[in-house]
Amino acid sequence: MTSEPVEVTNVIEEARPRLQWGRILVWGGLILLLVMLALGLLRTQRGPVLIGQNAPQFILSTFDGQQINTQDLAGKVLVVNFWASWCKPCEQEAADLEAAWKAYAPGEQGVFLGVDYVDTEPEALAYLNKFNITYPNGPDLRTRISQAYRIRGVPETYIIDRQGKLAHVQIGPFRDLAQITGFIDPLVAP
Amino acid sequence: MNARDNLLSGRSGEWMKKAPVLIVFLVLIFLSSMGSSLAMAAGNPPWQQDGTPRQPTDDEVNAVAKQLYCPVCENIPLDVCPTLACEQWRSLIREKLAAGWTEDEIKTYFVNQYGDRVLATPPTRGLNWLVYIIPPVAILAGAVLLFRAFSAWKKPAAESETAVPPSAPEDLPDEYAARLEEELRKRQAGASTLKKGES
Repeated sequence: MTSEPVEVTNVIEEARPRLQWGRILVWGGLILLLVMLALGLLRTQRGPVLIGQNAPQFILSTFDGQQINTQDLAGKVLVVNFWASWCKPCEQEAADLEAAWKAYAPGEQGVFLGVDYVDTEPEALAYLNKFNITYPNGPDLRTRISQAYRIRGVPETYIIDRQGKLAHVQIGPFRDLAQITGFIDPLVAP
Repeated sequence: MNARDNLLSGRSGEWMKKAPVLIVFLVLIFLSSMGSSLAMAAGNPPWQQDGTPRQPTDDEVNAVAKQLYCPVCENIPLDVCPTLACEQWRSLIREKLAAGWTEDEIKTYFVNQYGDRVLATPPTRGLNWLVYIIPPVAILAGAVLLFRAFSAWKKPAAESETAVPPSAPEDLPDEYAARLEEELRKRQAGASTLKKGES
C-alpha cells in the first residue's frame, strides 16, 4: 500500500534526466542545422572577388593535357579569361585576347589562361580552332574555378598583378586590343 | 495499482493499439518522399542488327536529360531548356548513348565535368544525406507531436471515467495517512462522547 508512491517518484526521477538529454539533442540538432544553413547562405551571398584581394589559386587541366598551377606563375601578370563556345559575346574579344597574348608572350611578362565554363569539349575545341587561340585553355572541371572567382557569367576576365592580387575585372567582352593592353601594360612595367 | 499507474498503462495500451497504423502511415510518407525514380542499369547496344550505329531516339535522350540541370539556366531541366548550351549538352548525351554508355555513366561524366549541381537529385554522400533524412524525420516528429497532442485532448474525458478519487488512502503518504486516521479517530471519539452526553 505504501510502496507505490515511492516507485512512482523513482520512475519520475529516472525519466527526468533522459527527457533533458532528449531536449538537448533536439535543440542542438536544430541549432546545428540553422548554423549550417546560415553558413551556406553566407557563402552563396558572398560578392565577387574585389580589386586588391588575393586572387584564388587553381590548377587548370588544359585540353592538350597540361596541368597549370597558378602558384607556379607567381611574379608574372596573369590574365584569366572565362569563356564558352555557346557565348556569343565571347567571340567579340577572342581574337583580341589572342593578339594580346602574342604581344606579351615573348618576354614572358604576362600569362594568359582560358577557362572554358560549362561547355562541351568538341564545341570548345572548334571555337579555339575558329579563332586560332594558342594560349593555354582548359575546361572548368566541376565549375571549381568559376566558383572560386564567383563569376556572374561569361565572358569575364580577371587580371592579376605580380603579387597575386586582383588588379582588374572585366565583366563582358573587351572592346578592342588597346583596352586589354591598357590594363596589362602598367602591371608588366618594371 | 494507483491512478497514475492506470493512466500510464492506459496510455501505453493506446500507443500499442495505434502504433501499427502510425508506422504504416509513416512508411508510406517516407516512400513517397524518396520518389520512385530508379535508374536504368543496362545501356543500349551501340550497333543495330545490320551493323550500322544505332541512333538514340529523342525520348531516350530526354529520359537522361530530364535528370540533369545546366548551371547556366538554373532550375530548368535539360530536356526543356532552350539555350544553345543545353542543346550542346543534349547532343553530347545523344553521342554518349550512341556510343553505348549507360544512363549512370553519362550522369557520372556530367558530374565529373560540371559538378554535383547538374543532378536533379543530390547524390547520397556527405552532407547531402541531410536532404534525404531531414524531411522524413521532420514529418515523423510532427506526426508524433500531433499524436501526443490528440491523445492529451482525449485524456480528460477518459480520466473522469476511470480516475480514482484523489483521497484514496493508497495514494496518500504514510505520515499524512496516519495523521488523517488519528484526526478521524479523535472526531469519532468526540462524536460518541457527545452522543452519550445527549442521551
